[in-house]
Amino acid sequence: MSTLARKKGVGAVIWDYLTTVDHKKIAILYLIAGGIFFLLGGLEAMIIRIQLAVPNNDFISAGFYNEVLTMHGTTMIFLAAMPLVFAMMNAVVPIQIGARDVAFPFLNSLGFWLFFFGGVFLNLSWFLGGAPDAGWTSYASLSLASPTHGIDFYVLGLQISGLGTLIGGINFLVTIINMRAPGMTYMRMPMFTWATFVTSALILFAFPPLTVGLIFMMMDRLFGGNFFDPALGGNTIIWEHLFWIFGHPEVYILVLPAFGIFSEIFATFSRKRLFGYSSMVFATVLIGFLGFMVWAHHMFTVGMGPIANAIFAVATMAIAVPTGIKIFNWLFTMWGGSIRFTTPMMYAVAFIPSFVIGGVTGVMNATAAADYQYHDSYFVVAHFHYVIVGGVVFALLAGAHYWWPKMFGKMLDEKLGKVTFWLFFIGFHLTFFIQHFLGLMGMPRRVFTFLPGQGFETGNMISTIGAFFMAAGTIVLLANVVITTVKGKRVGNDPWEDGRTLEWAVSSPAPEYNFAQTPLVRGLDAYWIEKMEGKKGLTPAEPLGDIHMPNPSILPFVISLGLFVAAFGFLFHQDHAWGTPVGIVGLLITLGAMFFRSIIDDHGFHIHKEEIMEAEKKGAGA
Amino acid sequence: MANHTHVQNPKVDVQYRRKKNAEEMKHQIISFTLMIFLTLIAFFAVGYEGFSAWFAVPFILLLAVVQVIFQLYYFMHMSHKGHELPALFLYGGVVVAFVTVWAFLTIVWI
Repeated sequence: MSTLARKKGVGAVIWDYLTTVDHKKIAILYLIAGGIFFLLGGLEAMIIRIQLAVPNNDFISAGFYNEVLTMHGTTMIFLAAMPLVFAMMNAVVPIQIGARDVAFPFLNSLGFWLFFFGGVFLNLSWFLGGAPDAGWTSYASLSLASPTHGIDFYVLGLQISGLGTLIGGINFLVTIINMRAPGMTYMRMPMFTWATFVTSALILFAFPPLTVGLIFMMMDRLFGGNFFDPALGGNTIIWEHLFWIFGHPEVYILVLPAFGIFSEIFATFSRKRLFGYSSMVFATVLIGFLGFMVWAHHMFTVGMGPIANAIFAVATMAIAVPTGIKIFNWLFTMWGGSIRFTTPMMYAVAFIPSFVIGGVTGVMNATAAADYQYHDSYFVVAHFHYVIVGGVVFALLAGAHYWWPKMFGKMLDEKLGKVTFWLFFIGFHLTFFIQHFLGLMGMPRRVFTFLPGQGFETGNMISTIGAFFMAAGTIVLLANVVITTVKGKRVGNDPWEDGRTLEWAVSSPAPEYNFAQTPLVRGLDAYWIEKMEGKKGLTPAEPLGDIHMPNPSILPFVISLGLFVAAFGFLFHQDHAWGTPVGIVGLLITLGAMFFRSIIDDHGFHIHKEEIMEAEKKGAGA
Repeated sequence: MANHTHVQNPKVDVQYRRKKNAEEMKHQIISFTLMIFLTLIAFFAVGYEGFSAWFAVPFILLLAVVQVIFQLYYFMHMSHKGHELPALFLYGGVVVAFVTVWAFLTIVWI
């Protein structure tokens, strides 16, 4: 039923979110779940930095350090960055292309719940015998030797949440191909939509290798297989290849949406069209394509031989070219623009030098001969935190500030936003810049402590102080969210006043049906074109009429819950007699829910013209 | 959008569409016959003792590729308009998979 303009109790709200298939509500779910995992990963980071603040520290034990370090990486990549990227995509992309929802609303909800249950499953390992402790890459020679169930939680949890990601990626591909409004040609799509499109294609091609690797690992660990055990004729390097054939595209899956977010922000707050739009599209596609040709640069020291190392080194350096194109385009977008330093814009401007440092150290690492020196040192840690934090996390924070009014109808406080930015920016460079030098001085990564008198003391102390700055920044952000939610004022359609793309033409938050009338897109930056011609709204492409909407459904939740239960069963099937039956029951729940989905005819419902007119009138006054 | 070409008014151009369908049916029957013929050749290539495995294996792989192309273009309608993007993604996937396997076979091999 239509949920327009109706007050509800807490229980009804929770039920609403459990069953929702609306992309805007799913975006909020992704934001909350991803945000919680981000805090969890941050907490783990703080434990790591406290342990490493002084030499010979015994804040935590060596074994626990391995668990914390593994879970920090795994949580941040799979359970924080990925869902937060999906939060941005869900919140914005359908509106940016003038659609009323994604192509498969039911699958959208299923994708979220699979990710959520996979993440919860992974984190329950803390309470059930110990977390995974073989690093986020979980190399087979380490993980096969791990005595606890931690690795099994890793394998099954990531399998479930990876399924969700794959579903999400396919959904966005189909949405962007099929659901664009009239006039929204490919070369008129906003840059964030383009980034989402290429990212989804990368997900489509990159996640299957991970799935295969995880299945092999599951067989080896739980069902007596020997894909990776050399003593039984397996090969431990196969895991490394499979992991990185997935893992390298994965970092582009994270960073391309970040590029997209910044492209929107640069254009908006420079009050200029994005410089070199078509070259930006070309660069995005090229980065996506090249991303599949370079996985072995993570494995230079494995012993693939000089020819393989040289070829993968050159291929890796080639990626710097399209990335450079993007950097210059952003600089030229700002050049001559009338720049406003809002919070998102500050992140965007800070992103350029931060990310360039990460890119330059990336090329250094790509030099295979030199990489033998950097490998497994803090230099690598510094490098990937510069690209992931300086690129992805900055983008997610910027995007959260930028689109917060569109998601929740209230602006985050700009003053507190800037405090967050400065604390986070200073803390970030304080933490990670010094780690380049710690690495060059020989400090190995993933080791739980270091000895005094080797020259690592000062650097590590500075790094830990920086981490506390970032934590302070995050706390200010949380305070900002609470204050805004309680006291913030409702804003209109275009709270930044310089919005260029379609999402700023609808009310904040957008109504359930997004557009009362599907808009006619007349060029790049469709809303800006209308504004420049003195119009208030978009040009409609259809008469006002009833809008067909999908029904909410609890089935995605049940399907995911079934897999969650099944994973528990199979994880313990060697230890307890109840394992296998519980696993089978879980699978039956999933298959049963899928069966019901197939046989129940669900035709959705209509929002009638009169309701829409009333809602639009209210929306215009808000 | 442009992809909705198959949602047409059924009464429009009945004559033309009937001719089109007949033509398509002819193509499907021809390719179906060819596919059965190719399958027979494949069985023959494996069964005939005059051919060594060095000839037979690449040969039947080649026949398999031809069959996949027939399948995609004549039975799954990739020859029709509006299938450019599925084709792009299919070939994109083929290229990525090929390059990966090729790298393994030529420079990496574990």
